[in-house]
Amino acid sequence: MKRTILNLSTAAVALLAASAVSAETLRWANDGDVLTLDPYAHTESLTSSFLHHLYEPLVRRNADLGFEPALATEWELIEPTRARFKLREGVTFHNGNPFTADDVVASITRMIDPDSRARGNLSAVTAAEKVDDLTVDLILTGPTPLLLNDLSGVFMMDKEWMEEHDALTPGNTTTGTVTYASDHANGTGPFKLESRTPDAKTVLTAFDDWWDTPIHNIDTIEFTPIGSDATRVAALLSGEVDVITPAPLQDTARIDGADGVSAIQNPSLRTIMLGLNVGDDELDAAPGSGFNPLKDVKVRKALWQAIDMDAIAAKVMRGKARVAGLMIAPQIAGYVAEDDVKPEYDMDAAKKLLADAGYEDGFTMGLDCPNDRYVNDEEICLAIASMWKNLGVDVKLTTQTKGNHFPKVDNGETDAYMIGWATLPAMDGYSPVRAMLATRDGEMGGNNPNGYSNARVDEIAKLAGEETDDEKRLAMISEAIRIARDEIAFIPLHQQPLAWAARDNVELIQFPDNYFRAWHYKVN
Amino acid sequence: MLVFIVRRLAQALVVIFAIAIISFVMFRYVGDPVATMSREDASVTERAELRARLGLDQPVIVQFGDFVSRLSRGDLGISYRNQRPVADMIAERLPATLELVLVATLLSLAIGIPLGVITAVHRTGWLATTVQSVSLVGISVPTFVTGIMLILVFSVTLRWLPSFGRGETVDLGWWTTGLLTVTGLKALILPSVTLALYQMTLIMRLVRAEMIEILSSDYIRFARSRGLPSRSIHYRLALKNGLMPVITITGMQIGGLIAFAVVTETVFQWPGLGLLFIQAVSFADVPVMAAYLLFVGLLFVTLNALVDITYLIVDPRLRTSRP
Repeated sequence: MKRTILNLSTAAVALLAASAVSAETLRWANDGDVLTLDPYAHTESLTSSFLHHLYEPLVRRNADLGFEPALATEWELIEPTRARFKLREGVTFHNGNPFTADDVVASITRMIDPDSRARGNLSAVTAAEKVDDLTVDLILTGPTPLLLNDLSGVFMMDKEWMEEHDALTPGNTTTGTVTYASDHANGTGPFKLESRTPDAKTVLTAFDDWWDTPIHNIDTIEFTPIGSDATRVAALLSGEVDVITPAPLQDTARIDGADGVSAIQNPSLRTIMLGLNVGDDELDAAPGSGFNPLKDVKVRKALWQAIDMDAIAAKVMRGKARVAGLMIAPQIAGYVAEDDVKPEYDMDAAKKLLADAGYEDGFTMGLDCPNDRYVNDEEICLAIASMWKNLGVDVKLTTQTKGNHFPKVDNGETDAYMIGWATLPAMDGYSPVRAMLATRDGEMGGNNPNGYSNARVDEIAKLAGEETDDEKRLAMISEAIRIARDEIAFIPLHQQPLAWAARDNVELIQFPDNYFRAWHYKVN
Repeated sequence: MLVFIVRRLAQALVVIFAIAIISFVMFRYVGDPVATMSREDASVTERAELRARLGLDQPVIVQFGDFVSRLSRGDLGISYRNQRPVADMIAERLPATLELVLVATLLSLAIGIPLGVITAVHRTGWLATTVQSVSLVGISVPTFVTGIMLILVFSVTLRWLPSFGRGETVDLGWWTTGLLTVTGLKALILPSVTLALYQMTLIMRLVRAEMIEILSSDYIRFARSRGLPSRSIHYRLALKNGLMPVITITGMQIGGLIAFAVVTETVFQWPGLGLLFIQAVSFADVPVMAAYLLFVGLLFVTLNALVDITYLIVDPRLRTSRP
């Protein structure tokens, strides 16, 4: 009898809860599919963004992209190489298992496994140790100023579930190890996996036992990849989907003109820039010339001054990009507004600079661009190539798919090339300093194939990586970014716009990191 | 017959091996999977480790040896993109593509053949002229334009039919079908019409040309003078002989349709093999591309054989064993 009453009362509570939040479906179409449901198999941003609905990290980003407790409630550094995390009580996984320290240890172990492709995102952690059921220590390689940034992207999996399905280690393409976690999921997140058909539809439903109080009112998320731009827009206009990401820039006006839908556009964190090969003795486009004009900072400045960014922003980017003078966007830690200035567009001055440097008759140079990676990437390069031709430089433009473009860049076979940098997942200015500006060796300068090398920048790359005093650290990073601007290691172009489009009854926030976070959204 | 089939099989094996070599060599130029697989700010060491893990640091000949030895064991490997067995992925996508191609083929035969006969019999009528000129459009407009136009009219403006996907499918365990649900059937209409359009006009023009030739031949004239009804002359005597090349073309086209459904599948986000292949290309997902190419090669070889055998059945003159 007692039990019946209890059941009835919980049923009543459940009913009340259900009536308070109406059940709404959010149909979301994106240009690519989620690659895999395995949290450590990829670092691709859509996949990470999607997995945030199913899985949760110890520390998460809030609506302003600052950090807030998620599965961990507090943390402290008890030794320089030992960080202690107190875990949240009463958290359950979608399968009903409680979340404990064992799960954290198993997850971190899986994350830093040699087969995990995402392990580089947690390179500072060497091990996790259980202290008690709700306390975990992470063992660090040394002082790690960006530990929280790193952890905000490390999802917690359920140890029992992994054991049960033989998924304690990540999948391995080489040995042919397939993991159950690739197409099944069991996290603690606000939504749980209902069904998944790759390239067709993935359905999530709200998780009733989520530890946090939902501010969203979404009951079901239907995620569909629609690769073709025109079809994606058509699906929104025909009412088949509620949100599309991204919306093609050239269609945003049309979307705004249609009833009941509108485009949402803001500059993103991703800075598009041109890398310049300053290290080689001659340019790849001019073999046998015996000289490399890009070694001369005057030439680099002339190239920068010859690019009419305002025209590109207005015409190619339809007024939605933010012209940049620095390698990092204003929202990134380490950004200093005073430093964000660029040489004015001035073709005559540029020509004079080129003549001063001894290249009155110009020179031959390659420009390499992807055509399927950044917003209107190919169009931007076509515009720049014609501007440089006006300057007197004989530009050999190559545009190709990203799978060919980036390896070519990485091998240092380019003269000038397009690259975009968003500093994700860390969202911190240290990332370009370490990856793009530091002299290339095994660990640093992974994205500096240009032979750019500056002793002070190298010093900063080393020091800032270990400096735990934030003020000092950011001052150093700003200095390195400023040096890069003065020496024109890269020519920043703009922060590319994010363009989404949605039905007017969807309340959403467009985060500058281009993550879709449906637990902040409402459908009215 | 048996000799014929054995010879066919031997040919098939040679072709498949050639495809394996060509596809493997081609992958040298489709991009570097390491670039698409590693983190954006991966260090040089990290990339080198991944390269070694994938065996991509080995000499090409060693890699090819691995590839062939795995193939001979029937192992198609694991996708770089989402770490699932390639064989599973192909099996998963095959039903969508085959249903689309089957419906498109039936559609093009059901419409193309009668139109072909009509335009051949009434060569100067207004109907024939209209059909002829419309068919020119069908031949010359690119698939993606047709697809987008259909979406604009039937999805965006009229809101009758879905613009993407397969609708609801029924899972039979070894096959998923969209033919058993209303949404599934609705979802089939636009992509299958888009895919069928080119083939429809091709079949129509082919039937027309054959019919015109046959209708002016002696035995048709005799049939007419015997007073046979024209319907039976057109559809039984003439059409039967005119269908030979149609069988060939349709058989060859089915392979083509499966291979070239890529564009239609991309436009309509139809979760078939073509879409799988396009995504594999953009990700430099070598195992998937290799498997896809081998599969398509196998398909063409099989279809060729089937067309030849059908010939034997339809045309008795071929059954006399040639020296």
